[in-house]
Amino acid sequence: MSLAEPMDPNRVGDLPIEGGEAPGRGLGGPAPVRIVVGYGFWIFILSDMVMFSAFFAAYAVLAGATAGGPTAKQIFDLNNVAIETGCLLASSFACGMASLAAGARNPLWFHVSMAATFVLGAIFLGLELKEFAGLAAQGAGPQRSAFLSAFFTLVGCHGAHITAGLAWLLTMSAQVVAKGFRADIMRRILCFTLFWHALDIIWVAIFTIVYLIGAGR
Amino acid sequence: MKLLGNLDWSAIPLDQPIPMIASGVVALGILAVLGWIVLSGRLPYLWREWITSVDHKRIGVMYCLLALVMLLRGFSDAIMMRSQQALALHSMGYLPPEHYDQVFSAHGTIMIFFVAMPFLIGLMNLVLPLQLGVRDVAFPTLNSVSFWLTATGALLVNISLVIGEFARTGWLPYPPLSELRYSPGVGVDYYLWSLQISGVGTLLTGINFVTTILKLRAPGMGYLRMPMFCWTSLASSLLIVAAFPILTATLAMLILDRYLGFHFFTNEAGGNMMMFVNLIWAWGHPEVYILILPAFGIFSEVVSTFSGKPLFGYRSMVMATMAICLLSFMVWLHHFFTMGAGADVNAFFGIMSTIIAVPTGVKVFNWLFTIYGGRVRFTSPMLWAIGFMVTFVIGGMTGVLLAIPPADFVLHNSLFLVAHFHNVIIGGVLFGAFAGYTYWFPKAFGFKLHEGLGQAAFWCWLIGFYLAFTPLYVLGLMGMTRRLQHYDVPAWQPWTWVAMAGACLILVGICCQIAQLWVSIARRESLRDVTGDPWNGRSLEWSTASPPPAFNFAILPDVHGEDAYWGMKQRALNEDAAAEPAYEAIEVPRNSPTGFVCAFFATGMGFALIWHIWWLAIAGILGAWATFVVFAWRDRTESEIPAEEVARIDRANRAARLGASTREAVT
Repeated sequence: MSLAEPMDPNRVGDLPIEGGEAPGRGLGGPAPVRIVVGYGFWIFILSDMVMFSAFFAAYAVLAGATAGGPTAKQIFDLNNVAIETGCLLASSFACGMASLAAGARNPLWFHVSMAATFVLGAIFLGLELKEFAGLAAQGAGPQRSAFLSAFFTLVGCHGAHITAGLAWLLTMSAQVVAKGFRADIMRRILCFTLFWHALDIIWVAIFTIVYLIGAGR
Repeated sequence: MKLLGNLDWSAIPLDQPIPMIASGVVALGILAVLGWIVLSGRLPYLWREWITSVDHKRIGVMYCLLALVMLLRGFSDAIMMRSQQALALHSMGYLPPEHYDQVFSAHGTIMIFFVAMPFLIGLMNLVLPLQLGVRDVAFPTLNSVSFWLTATGALLVNISLVIGEFARTGWLPYPPLSELRYSPGVGVDYYLWSLQISGVGTLLTGINFVTTILKLRAPGMGYLRMPMFCWTSLASSLLIVAAFPILTATLAMLILDRYLGFHFFTNEAGGNMMMFVNLIWAWGHPEVYILILPAFGIFSEVVSTFSGKPLFGYRSMVMATMAICLLSFMVWLHHFFTMGAGADVNAFFGIMSTIIAVPTGVKVFNWLFTIYGGRVRFTSPMLWAIGFMVTFVIGGMTGVLLAIPPADFVLHNSLFLVAHFHNVIIGGVLFGAFAGYTYWFPKAFGFKLHEGLGQAAFWCWLIGFYLAFTPLYVLGLMGMTRRLQHYDVPAWQPWTWVAMAGACLILVGICCQIAQLWVSIARRESLRDVTGDPWNGRSLEWSTASPPPAFNFAILPDVHGEDAYWGMKQRALNEDAAAEPAYEAIEVPRNSPTGFVCAFFATGMGFALIWHIWWLAIAGILGAWATFVVFAWRDRTESEIPAEEVARIDRANRAARLGASTREAVT
């Protein structure tokens, strides 16, 4: 028997593998850089979601542990939260427009859309900080009870991600100005848009689990 | 405002001779090495070729070196604990309680996070791209950042020896003991920040390897043709991605409690310390499998190579690996059956814990059947593998015993538990790391390790292990709890003496390993491996030169089945020497100091946060951010190795390989 061709029909790896000829899948060899970078960033986002899920779990455990302090129903202002949500969703839309503009290599619309993304994100952040400052002023800061600790940490962690995202946005836009739509910068734009939309998904969960359920209880 | 936060001269324990002498010796050693490097003019070489390297092979070597150095630190803690317990009947021994508590906390933290993790991640770095038949990992610079952040964590733990103190809480800082009220010192803060910083490095490694394995493989390398080590590394990396964020979140909550007065785990204001125990083990149990799965992969490679047979039951091995990957998230509660979750919950987790032993059993039988009927070569990697099979099965069975809640109520927190997890971690993870170290050393450096000293080290470790830990099983059954600084039961003492003797034998084993490294380097010419295939290997890492060139493969291999390189060798025997391929220029990523600079700022930031030096903490964060911006701004990310250079390097290797096979054919 020649050892060159199908060596052992009982060994699954020796059998011809059907399909999967595309690069990066099955038999097609290494994937192109754009796929690798996007894929890796997806994995990072998944890990970030796991981290948020730990904070969500902590919040769920401690939601009732108000220690005689204010409850969720007493402190949540759904009007403020509605405006925040609107800003963040609109920011995500603007971010989507920016990635379309980048795909069309249109710097004007790219920067206009990124500016809108930034402004809406900053308004969101400002409203969140206003809410936090108001709570702290009325004695409902994170040191008051386990419930408030978990609330500030979960929502604040999302806010910290938004802050990092805004810093990233500025750096990246500066790069586009300085270097144009180079391949590596296009990959960064892809990652940023993934990041920004993922933060929207997290916010939808916070909006539902923290604010809507909290205010309704 | 104080410029140096809480830091002052009282932080240095001048009145305690043991840490002062130990750190003095270490400091002198570091100064001597640094001095030798600078004076002999090797600093530019070190900076250019190693510190700033983004080559996965060099990063892997540095990970393993870090692990070996930290093994010495962790082992000296172990010797101190064993000698303390051998002496401390009706007396205080020589280690005061507050120091003894730091020793066992540091031992556990260092051995898990800075020995076992970097050792296995180092071997994964070294081998994975070679086995997959590609030129590097998915994100080479990120890989360097990961390594240097891990080194930062190790550095912070060791700084705590001289400046301040380490945690006295055990290797997992359970609240409320770890809260500010009961641990007001900086010990827990050292623990928290060193783990947060190195944890980021580990997470990035996990992301990097998942992407590498799933997206970068040689043409024809389908999933079911990957070597077993790639599969177990994939499972381990997936677990890192899914579990380490839980650790980050949990430690962040404890940090918020300690630094900003939050109430996650405190006694008052509704805090819930049982949530910490749940969260930490939701990471902690997957962590156990993050460590053992790559070791399983190493044993699979070693057993198959040295039995001269393909791995038995490859498909079942893949299934078992992925089953463990999944099940490892469903057993965490068995670490605290006694906390009071109730009989139903305990029963569920007890059953799940016994079920997870099944895929592991499948693996053991597969290794045994691989050996069966093989032409076994008893080299030292194979000895580690056989020693592992015996030892790990014993450890696994005591684990199944502990997984039965009623038995656990008796045995929990006793030395029986300590014996059990050392049985699986030493007998599994560490033996695996040593097997991989011996097996892949010639690949990394181009010469083999001295065989005789390697075998001596193996026997000292194996016998030393049984001498050191079998008594702990007995002591556990006799009722001795873990972490005892002193005791008053005379019947225990003889067993602690035996355990002490075992630890000394392990010390002899470690000395053999140091001698082995020394002797092997001195005699490297006679141990030289010119072919790149010293063991008659079966997977692709053996198809390139030792050490491999920067680009790994001049031409990406074309894979036709399992055991890719074995297949190539068989085909080559049937054909004349294959025609020389058409060489092309290869792009390799440029080296970058990003990782090192980033770790520099992270070290400053971590130290500042531990001592509440706020300006330095902010400077550290800004510095790390600036480093990334500078990195992102660079215009040239790759450099080109011209085709003639590729041809020159590859021809030398082909000639050596052809010469070797011709000699074999003649003799």
